Amino acid sequence: MAPTPDGPPALRLDGVTRVFRAGGRVIRAVDGVDARVERGSITGLVGPDGAGKTTLMRLVTGLLRADSGRIEVLGLDIGRDVAAIQGRIGYMPQRFGLYEDLTVRENLDLYADLQDVPKSERAARYGDLLHMTGLGPFTGRFAGRLSGGMKQKLGLACTLIRAPDLLFLDEPTVGVDPVSRRELWAIIDRLTGASGMTVLISTSYLDEAERCGTVLLMHEGKLVGADSPAAFTAPLAGRSYRIAAAGLGKRRLHERLDGAPGIIDATIQGAYVRVVTDSAGLPPLPTLLPDLDGVAADPVPPRFEDAFVARLRQERPALPAPPAAPSPDGAARDGEIIVVRDVTRLFGSFTAVDRIGFSVGRGEIFGLLGANGAGKSTTFRMLCGLLPPSGGTLTVAGYDLRHAAAAARGRIGYMAQKFSLYVDLSVMDNLRFFSSAYRLTGARRRQRIAWALEEFDLETVADAACRDLSLGYKQRLALAAALMHEPDILFLDEPTSGVDPLARRDFWRRINRLAETGVTVLVTTHFMEEAEYCDRLVIMAQGRILATGTPEDLRDRFRSAQMPDPTMEDAFIALLETAPAGTA
Amino acid sequence: MNASLIRLGGLLRKEFLQILRDPSALAIAFLLPAVLLFIFGYGVTLDAHDVPLALVIDHADATTASVAGALAHSPYFRISRPPDIEAAETALTDHRIDGIIWLRSDFARRALSGRTASIGVILNGTDANSARLVEGYLQQTWATWLAAWGARRGQPSPVPVLVQSRVRFNPAVSSRDNLVPGLIAVIMTLTGALLTALVMAREWERGTLEALMVTRVTIREILIAKLVPYFVLGMGGMAASVVMAVTLFHVPFRGTIPVLVVTSALFLLASLGMGLVISSLARNQFVAGQIAIITTFLPAFILSGFIFDIDSMPAAIRVVTHVVAARYFVSILQTEFLAGDIRAVILPNAVALAVMAAIFLGVARLSARKRLD
Amino acid sequence: MWTQIFALIVKELLAVLKDRRSRFVLIGPPLIQLLVFGYAATFDLDHVPIAVYDQDRSAAARDLVARFSGSRAFQVVATLDNGARINSLIDSRKVAMVLSIDRRFTRDLLRHRPAPVQVIIDGRNSNTALLILGYAGSIITDFSTAWSASHGGPPLPAVLEMRARYNPELSSRWFIVPGIVAVLTQVVVLLVVGLSVAREREAGTFDQLLVTPMRQIDILLGKGLPGLLIGVIEASVTILAAVLWFHVPLRGSLGALYLGLILFVASVTGIGLMVSSLATTQQQALLGAFLFMVPTIILSNFATPIANMPPLLQDLTQANPLRHILAIVRGVFLEGAGFGSLWPHLWPMAIIAIVSLAAAGWLFRRRV
Repeated sequence: MAPTPDGPPALRLDGVTRVFRAGGRVIRAVDGVDARVERGSITGLVGPDGAGKTTLMRLVTGLLRADSGRIEVLGLDIGRDVAAIQGRIGYMPQRFGLYEDLTVRENLDLYADLQDVPKSERAARYGDLLHMTGLGPFTGRFAGRLSGGMKQKLGLACTLIRAPDLLFLDEPTVGVDPVSRRELWAIIDRLTGASGMTVLISTSYLDEAERCGTVLLMHEGKLVGADSPAAFTAPLAGRSYRIAAAGLGKRRLHERLDGAPGIIDATIQGAYVRVVTDSAGLPPLPTLLPDLDGVAADPVPPRFEDAFVARLRQERPALPAPPAAPSPDGAARDGEIIVVRDVTRLFGSFTAVDRIGFSVGRGEIFGLLGANGAGKSTTFRMLCGLLPPSGGTLTVAGYDLRHAAAAARGRIGYMAQKFSLYVDLSVMDNLRFFSSAYRLTGARRRQRIAWALEEFDLETVADAACRDLSLGYKQRLALAAALMHEPDILFLDEPTSGVDPLARRDFWRRINRLAETGVTVLVTTHFMEEAEYCDRLVIMAQGRILATGTPEDLRDRFRSAQMPDPTMEDAFIALLETAPAGTA
Repeated sequence: MNASLIRLGGLLRKEFLQILRDPSALAIAFLLPAVLLFIFGYGVTLDAHDVPLALVIDHADATTASVAGALAHSPYFRISRPPDIEAAETALTDHRIDGIIWLRSDFARRALSGRTASIGVILNGTDANSARLVEGYLQQTWATWLAAWGARRGQPSPVPVLVQSRVRFNPAVSSRDNLVPGLIAVIMTLTGALLTALVMAREWERGTLEALMVTRVTIREILIAKLVPYFVLGMGGMAASVVMAVTLFHVPFRGTIPVLVVTSALFLLASLGMGLVISSLARNQFVAGQIAIITTFLPAFILSGFIFDIDSMPAAIRVVTHVVAARYFVSILQTEFLAGDIRAVILPNAVALAVMAAIFLGVARLSARKRLD
Repeated sequence: MWTQIFALIVKELLAVLKDRRSRFVLIGPPLIQLLVFGYAATFDLDHVPIAVYDQDRSAAARDLVARFSGSRAFQVVATLDNGARINSLIDSRKVAMVLSIDRRFTRDLLRHRPAPVQVIIDGRNSNTALLILGYAGSIITDFSTAWSASHGGPPLPAVLEMRARYNPELSSRWFIVPGIVAVLTQVVVLLVVGLSVAREREAGTFDQLLVTPMRQIDILLGKGLPGLLIGVIEASVTILAAVLWFHVPLRGSLGALYLGLILFVASVTGIGLMVSSLATTQQQALLGAFLFMVPTIILSNFATPIANMPPLLQDLTQANPLRHILAIVRGVFLEGAGFGSLWPHLWPMAIIAIVSLAAAGWLFRRRV
């Protein structure tokens, strides 16, 4: 199965278009895409939410038919030879396509049968795959009981059961923790290196794009770029800097730099603010930050994400930042508003959370981080009063929310993982409902709804059914609903998973402002770069807290000769690796 | 071994494992039939016996006593004797009795003088069916009394025609004997259509079908793998129901096993095919379940001839019953249990089932593609 | 608190009505089923096919046959020349009954000896068989008394004078159609309420509800009241159809009927909410609703009489709200019943409603 450089490309698309019609609207999900994927390469399919990545994946696997254009897979025309193609490719859909009520072994057996793997070869093949994925000890476990990362690896093992010539992975790393992501990439590298397999992987994690040989960048159904990551970032050379200012908090600094003239992107990274400029060279610091002393700016190498943001910013300017409201009650900022002491939660004999404790101060952005199955969601649900703890105490603003009077719950805002909205209802109906649910009435209710529509730029979609909104809009609406009643404390569960980097930046800009006004924010996330926005965070594994501290503290702990400037992700992985017991 | 057979084997193993591990499927397949059969076998009967009636006699004498005697002898009635007609009327309004038999004060005088007295009967007609049955029983009792009346006087019977009735297949006219076989058909409709509709929709919803499709498996293999396990489950439920009917409820079985097996198989195929069509139309469990409930249980209950006589329905409704597969199977089962292998009944109904099975499976096959659109 | 509940009710109704499919489930099937089943579900015999084997071929025999063919219940579809085909006609279900008039029929009649007439009936459907037996018996008796009177036979000492209260024609449609009103109301309310919480659980919006300042009782009311509203409206529409389309008389107290309906829908709502809070997925909720629905219909007096069931089962039906509402609906429709006579069905249903709603509330709290 060595790569044949003279043969046809693994995948070729010529003018491929696919249109969907929904409720009288025509959506050009894939619009005139021409692309090639060379044999033996790792090609990334990158784009914001709704760019058409999944539709493209389904087109090239024969699950959808193109309205026009031509698709050749491994030299075969998909219109004619779809059966032959499907025998030679592997495909892992977004939810991994596993049968959750079958065990790991039974899932493997099923796919081995379906892919015509001879019985005699199976033992060796299973051995390889189980070793590679680390699933060996879990063959008898039901797939539904595996953690997200393990499911992802099992899904991969099932598609690799008969080594395919071409492997399609649709967003395999969504909802999967950094350790599992890293392990997945190690497997992919091994596969392409050793057996010459071709891989097309779609992802919304832009750091992953840098690991691909070629990147196909999609936006609104169109292919807007196809090149190596280095070629994408080349125009960005000399436009990325990190800036620190003595005596000014990173959040304040970020606020100053964000949207400043000449700056197209500003993100918090550790103690620094990382900026990307609109042309080579940083504007002179005195003009950029006129009244500040002790400002230091160093150039840093560009990342793929910079290129991505730069490209998309041309089409979608940043939303106007909301005016910063002065802190309502500066004196009250110090009290501890969330206190967790010795909290344990059992599910049957399984200890999901094991005697954890931490506290959150008023006005803090506090992060709850951990691998899949580490217990952070359980902790989160206990804090919100959705689950009773088996032992220990938790108080939020002095109450245990599980037994708190309704009034106490009126002080918190909650945004669930999947942006839980009523999808059949319109945006306006959702806002009306949540405003009433939070006991707003009369003029105040009208005023808050008007505020939400304007603040979150929802006026144009006020009458659209939520079902038809893109993920970015849904996220904004969910946040608007959670903020309807101006809560003191905001709970955010995986608030940005699946949304594109621009929406993520807008989101964090708002959260920062909220924190500045004294709102306490508790957030769980998989995105390590988002951990940078936190004032303090805890990292959990196997129901215990491994570390508590500021992001800088954590990175400092793992600063070494090999890793002079560790990212949050490096620190996270190092922490898990040095944890007492092995993690799943 | 043939690659296609191995693929099929893999899929079948998966389906069986899923059935074994899903309590709700097993509940529908075994618990529901068992509960229903018990309720029907022990509880439900359309026959009337011990019907509470009030006998009001305004002036008691030997003649009225003979009427009272005839009524008391009937196994169908439980006679009470309220003091007067007002008390009886109150009891009727309060549902304590189902009817009143009223012999007025001139009853004996008129009967003996040849001026034809009247036996007043007032029934609660709300439940028209029960009222009809009571009417019939009263007429029988009356005819018996008339014959005895004539014999006692050495006169010919005032009712000169002697009705000899013979009820074929079910001489005791026991409703259990025909309800239990009919019920089996209703239950099998549920097992077949509801389960297949839900399991296929579940695969759509969970995205597992998407992964399956991009393998070497063919759509025919997927469909066969969905059919076989539920076919086996259905035949198992069928066998259990038949055994229960015969051993527990002593319903006679006069047909032959092979005919029963073949016709059951045809019926199950039609039901399963319908389930597959529903799920390929709906693709989500909520809608598939609602369609399945609306199109299976109540139609099988009401339009199959299981309880309500199809011949007595208006013509337009009779046409509708022809698309209810249970209709044919109810007819086959009632015949197999109570009558035997009667070709003239079994054959046309079996052909109708075969046609329905072919249509549903054909539509399922045509509408299922190895694609998402 | 009431504004919150009101908002939740509005939201539930919007969710049901804005979804094309659930809108259809609410409106289409109930009306179609009312029409189809209203016509189909009848115990009355209507043009049942019969065959006649007249061996006597006399005027008296022809008179008897004419009484059969003139009856609405029967339709003579075959006249036999010999007895050989009697069994095969019945076995093949071509006819449901054969009327066989003996060769000695007229002779015996004239000699005042019992004149034999045979009716052979298909017993595969026992209920139909009994009804045929009753109809045929009364036709023959009518013939017989008429013949006796006109041929100088002894006078009848007494005749049966039957009257049926409430339903003089003994039309079973009058019995079944009000029953369908109750059954369909149950199906719709169970589907709407039983799935509502499971649907929110799957969508994740239920957690969102729980963290708002709404109390559990608010959520319970907010989930239950839309079911109540939809159920009562659905019942009203079917009641109108029963009166205007099927001409079933509506004689009793509307107040009692609606009080009964509200209690009934409240009971079903409670049960639906119990199912809803026990189920984690929509499939489980659907199957749970179904497992409840089937036995309650059978043990309700809808088509299968309770009076003949074993005492234990009869006692059990006291816990079945459908059984009580059927008694109330039929009582009000046909018997002109009012609060007084329906009281024995109203209070058990009130208890069922309270118990099921309380249990739902308790399960709600436990499962949250």
